[in-house]
Amino acid sequence: MGATLRALWGWFDSRMPSVASEWRKHAAEYYAPKNFNFWYFFGALSMLVLGIQIVSGIFLTMNYKPDAALAFASVEYIMRDVPGGWLIRYIHSTGASAFFIVVYLHMFRGLLYGSYKQPRELVWIFGVLIYLTLMGEAFFGYLLPWGQMSYWGAQVIVNLFGTVPLIGPDLALLIRGDYVVSDVTLNRFFALHVIAFPLVLLGLVVAHILALHDVGSNNPDGIEIKKTKGPDGHPLDGIPFHPYYTVKDLMGAVLFIAIFCFIMFFVPEVGGYFLEYNNFIPADPLKTPEHIAPVWYFTPFYSILRAVPPFFNSQFPGVMAMGIATMILFFLPWLDRSPVKSIRYRGVLYKSWLAAFVVVFFILGYLGTENTNVWGQFGFNAFFLDTKDVATWVARVCTVVYFLFFFLMPWYTARDEVKPVPDRVTS
Amino acid sequence: MNEQEKPDQTRRNLLVATSAAGAVAAVGAAVPFVWSMFPSERAKAAGAPVEVDLTKIAPGSMEVIEWRGKPVWVIRRTKEMIDSLKAVTARLTDPESRSSKQPAYAKNETRAQNPEWMVMEGVCTHLGCSPQLKSAEAKAEMGADWPGGFYCPCHGSKFDYAGRVFRGAPAPLNLEVPPYTLAEGKLTIGEDKDKKGA
Repeated sequence: MGATLRALWGWFDSRMPSVASEWRKHAAEYYAPKNFNFWYFFGALSMLVLGIQIVSGIFLTMNYKPDAALAFASVEYIMRDVPGGWLIRYIHSTGASAFFIVVYLHMFRGLLYGSYKQPRELVWIFGVLIYLTLMGEAFFGYLLPWGQMSYWGAQVIVNLFGTVPLIGPDLALLIRGDYVVSDVTLNRFFALHVIAFPLVLLGLVVAHILALHDVGSNNPDGIEIKKTKGPDGHPLDGIPFHPYYTVKDLMGAVLFIAIFCFIMFFVPEVGGYFLEYNNFIPADPLKTPEHIAPVWYFTPFYSILRAVPPFFNSQFPGVMAMGIATMILFFLPWLDRSPVKSIRYRGVLYKSWLAAFVVVFFILGYLGTENTNVWGQFGFNAFFLDTKDVATWVARVCTVVYFLFFFLMPWYTARDEVKPVPDRVTS
Repeated sequence: MNEQEKPDQTRRNLLVATSAAGAVAAVGAAVPFVWSMFPSERAKAAGAPVEVDLTKIAPGSMEVIEWRGKPVWVIRRTKEMIDSLKAVTARLTDPESRSSKQPAYAKNETRAQNPEWMVMEGVCTHLGCSPQLKSAEAKAEMGADWPGGFYCPCHGSKFDYAGRVFRGAPAPLNLEVPPYTLAEGKLTIGEDKDKKGA
């Protein structure tokens, strides 16, 4: 039996040796730093969630109908009548939020250890492209159940593009394919969600990993392990990705799936954060729900949009602020002028700014899920108070801090007091 | 460099020309796909005027009518509602509706042909949500100085009973007024005698 299998493999390998050589290049002989910690689970987990979404998505497509008259009922049909349909839909809806959780943690890891810095700028840029594509993918998918939040969320986001000077109205028309969000819009969002964006996503993931494996992984010390090689030509501080990190990631995956299953089976709506209650009401183009907010993963940017007052009779400044808030990520490798990569060797300035950034990101995220009057109103009048909602002013302050984190970065990273970086990784 | 390694300029020119032509063809091939994403003839055709029976609308109440897939509000304003319009002028972004969109016959203080009948599109000029009617009684929720009007749940814009936007809201302009014709007990949305006014 063993001999037969070996002969079969030999036959295959002599005809297509690239399978074995790619395996060696990307797994068995890909030397990753030996000091990866907790934060290094989330790249592999993102890939796992991508797989979960693709598989569950394929099976949802078998029963879903992309038609404004049928969509809502077909989702109910999946939930009630299709054997295991409810489970597949909850896998997909939990997976959507889980995707953003692991991606946000993965990106934060980059901020902690300077993983975007030279020579990994391209890895980072592909990563930001993945993030933006993921936002598009989530947005298109959210229209499909054709509930109230689906409808009004799409209405607002498409109108964001409509505010762009000159080309805006035509651009919104091109996205909707109609003068209002309609069956036409639903049909094309379905096409983009199930085929166009997933293909782009897969391509970008391949580019992200290829770019990473060309330059090698960063690590919690921010030290280039390729600088210290042993007599065998492999980095002294590196270990082969397979089996060391495949096993480690497998353990992470087991823990992750346990949490995933708990949410999926017991609290799939997560109090309205993963699945919004208003989306259990069919889309009504004549009535916006009382309380409308995007799903949690968009709320920090939604808060920024809402915080910026209109200028010159145009709401475009708010839209632009929201756009810049995401696009600025592309420039991170060049905004950071610190000589060290890892937070372990950075000074108090960067640490404070990063802490402030995390705090305002959470505050903006929370405020985006609530009405602007959630924290009451100021009890006094003043000439500068164009709105008395306390939450709006808090969101404005947080928006300023959000942008200052990036805009002041060249300044505070350059003059920060950094600690000496050792030659070899520590732990 | 010897003779054989030099590129043949004629062949190189042909190569460049072919590539350029190919690039143009590739862009051209994208045209039908982008073209197909614009509104279809069917989508363009949907947009007939809508008639509304006004006799069923009680004073102070509002009816939502669907016109071109959008909500259009018809509000029968009471005297108090009309009076509240004067009181709020100082707090508005565009009190005289200079930059806002409305037919010429609605470009006045009450933004209506007949002050009693307010007709406007229930579509927020910020990002297209549909605001909600909040009467003057909703002070607990809307603040002590709330005169009555509309509130957009999406981004918190506020409007008075003539659809004029309050300052400090993300909406830049007053709600749009569609072209309409008022006759005895009947309203036609989407059609007016004075076509230039629309």
